[in-house]
Amino acid sequence: MKVGNYELKEVKKYTWELAQDSGMNVPGVIFGNKAIMDHLIADVKEGKEWNALRQVRNVATLPGLVKASFAMPDIHPGYGFPIGGVGAFDTETGVIIMGGIGYDVNCGVRTMTTPLTKKDILKKQKEIADELFKTIPAGLGSTGKLHLTEKEIDQVLKNGAEFAIKKGFGRKEDLEFIEENGKLKGADPKAVSHLAKKRQFKQIGTLGSGNHYLEIQIVDEIYDKKIAKIYGLKKGQAVVSLHCGSRALGHQVGMDYTKILAEATRKYKIKIPDKELVCAPFKSPEGQQYYSAVAAAINAAFANREALGHLVRQAFKKVFNVKEKDIKLMYDIAHNTAKIETHKVNGKMKKLIVHRKGATRAFGPGRQEVPKKYRAVGQPVLIGGTMGTSSYILHGTQTGMDLSFGSAAHGAGRILSRREATRRFRGESVVNALSRKGIMIRGHGWKGIAEEAPGAYKDVDVVINVLHETGLAKKVARVKPLVVIKG
Amino acid sequence: MVYKYFDHQADVGIIGEGSSNAVAFQEAAKAMFNVMYDADKARALQTITIKARAEKIDELFVEWLNKLLAQADLKRLVFSQFKVQIEQKTGYLALTGIAKGEFYNEKKHGSKTEVKAATYSQLKVGKKGDRWFAQTVVDV
Repeated sequence: MKVGNYELKEVKKYTWELAQDSGMNVPGVIFGNKAIMDHLIADVKEGKEWNALRQVRNVATLPGLVKASFAMPDIHPGYGFPIGGVGAFDTETGVIIMGGIGYDVNCGVRTMTTPLTKKDILKKQKEIADELFKTIPAGLGSTGKLHLTEKEIDQVLKNGAEFAIKKGFGRKEDLEFIEENGKLKGADPKAVSHLAKKRQFKQIGTLGSGNHYLEIQIVDEIYDKKIAKIYGLKKGQAVVSLHCGSRALGHQVGMDYTKILAEATRKYKIKIPDKELVCAPFKSPEGQQYYSAVAAAINAAFANREALGHLVRQAFKKVFNVKEKDIKLMYDIAHNTAKIETHKVNGKMKKLIVHRKGATRAFGPGRQEVPKKYRAVGQPVLIGGTMGTSSYILHGTQTGMDLSFGSAAHGAGRILSRREATRRFRGESVVNALSRKGIMIRGHGWKGIAEEAPGAYKDVDVVINVLHETGLAKKVARVKPLVVIKG
Repeated sequence: MVYKYFDHQADVGIIGEGSSNAVAFQEAAKAMFNVMYDADKARALQTITIKARAEKIDELFVEWLNKLLAQADLKRLVFSQFKVQIEQKTGYLALTGIAKGEFYNEKKHGSKTEVKAATYSQLKVGKKGDRWFAQTVVDV
């Protein structure tokens, strides 16, 4: 099928190949059903200068990209990379790209299981909503309970979640259930500016705003009983999920390195079709320095989510008298990352720098990086829906390892711009409509709630179905929100 | 002098316009802070100075916005008034800017959407007729 200048072909059910043109080093591969593809195609046909298909194509022009420029089913336009974009680059010949990581470095999701049921939550729904809203710092420029010095921030950047635990904001047993055990190697605090550190002094243990949230969810459907049991999930059980990242430190790392990489792109004469794809050869001093800074910001986000997990435990202890140790971290996954991973390419194991922008790692069975408890079945893949619909827990698969370097979608994916969402929805009406469905929302502003209205997003069920049908990740359980805290 | 917005699927596009590129930069800063709060309500009680340099005018624009964001976050200030001067130096452009505002008060300034950064996406600084414009997408 010819779409503008692009040649698209469904090579397998829900797997579309974007044919290689003269500027591309490899083809593009998009995982999507008809509705998802129609949306992408419409953007091209309407002549939108900025569309996700073009971004899939642009990533494929960069040096050292291996196999293909991939896009997950939550694809929508991003910065240089599409959101839902995955690009694995050869560490010897490839580049590290600002747009493949973004400003919200290691924005991620963690899900914690509780011994409570839907009935327990409903009895004290208002109390726990109010307590969480009071306990979890959220909204514009919110500050947390941990006030750190620059020396301590350096420890956060090196040690990630481990630092929060040492400060009494977390539990040691959590570490095994955080991607990279909550501490990515290669982080160098010296690669992070003084300004970035200064902005983070009070931001560990804060949720932020925008699409960041905390939800109490109920497991309302189990698709795979065996794996659900291994993950510690039961039908009717209450779990807590939260979505946030590295806060101001990550934003500042992005800002600082946008400039450095713009200069590196000129210095190394790298041809980029879009300014947001500024990059540096991975092996160059600039590339190595950026990687060290990204790894540090990734660790800041792990520390942040660990500290937030501690605040959740405290709120549940106060309202429900649940012991902190009985709220268990099921898993904590990262989006918006670039990490060194080993994958099979043309039958040989190869070291790659894998960028996942608005995409998540979804490692299958047997990988050493997956916690021992889950290793036989693959890692949990946590996919957030919207505040009025469902979120899903899937598991990583060997198919995903073979198809997309063990990667999956990260959420529902927007279909409406924020401005369009605020034109169509009013915050008050969204809260009232969700309240009628039994969902209690606490937020810092009506506008933010309207922007994040369920109608502003793709149908998450469609995204999940594509992942399940292609085998990139398989369904384990569905959860539905009862309490939502918005940043 | 005017600022405007344009649609972007996940984030927000901002445009500042004016009689010079410096005025367009000033107006775009107003657009950006009004994404975050009712910035126009902020009185000019605090003043900060911004210095930035870049090889290209569009990169200088992003530098200006990002330096403002960092200072607003660090000092918890809401800015409403801006003054920019741009000079061509040998091999680069230098910007000196002033931002005026007041300390953030959620009750007065409200809470809209946090801007994480100004980006290189849809970044353009140029002239339409005799008027300058500066546009970019801010990541929220």
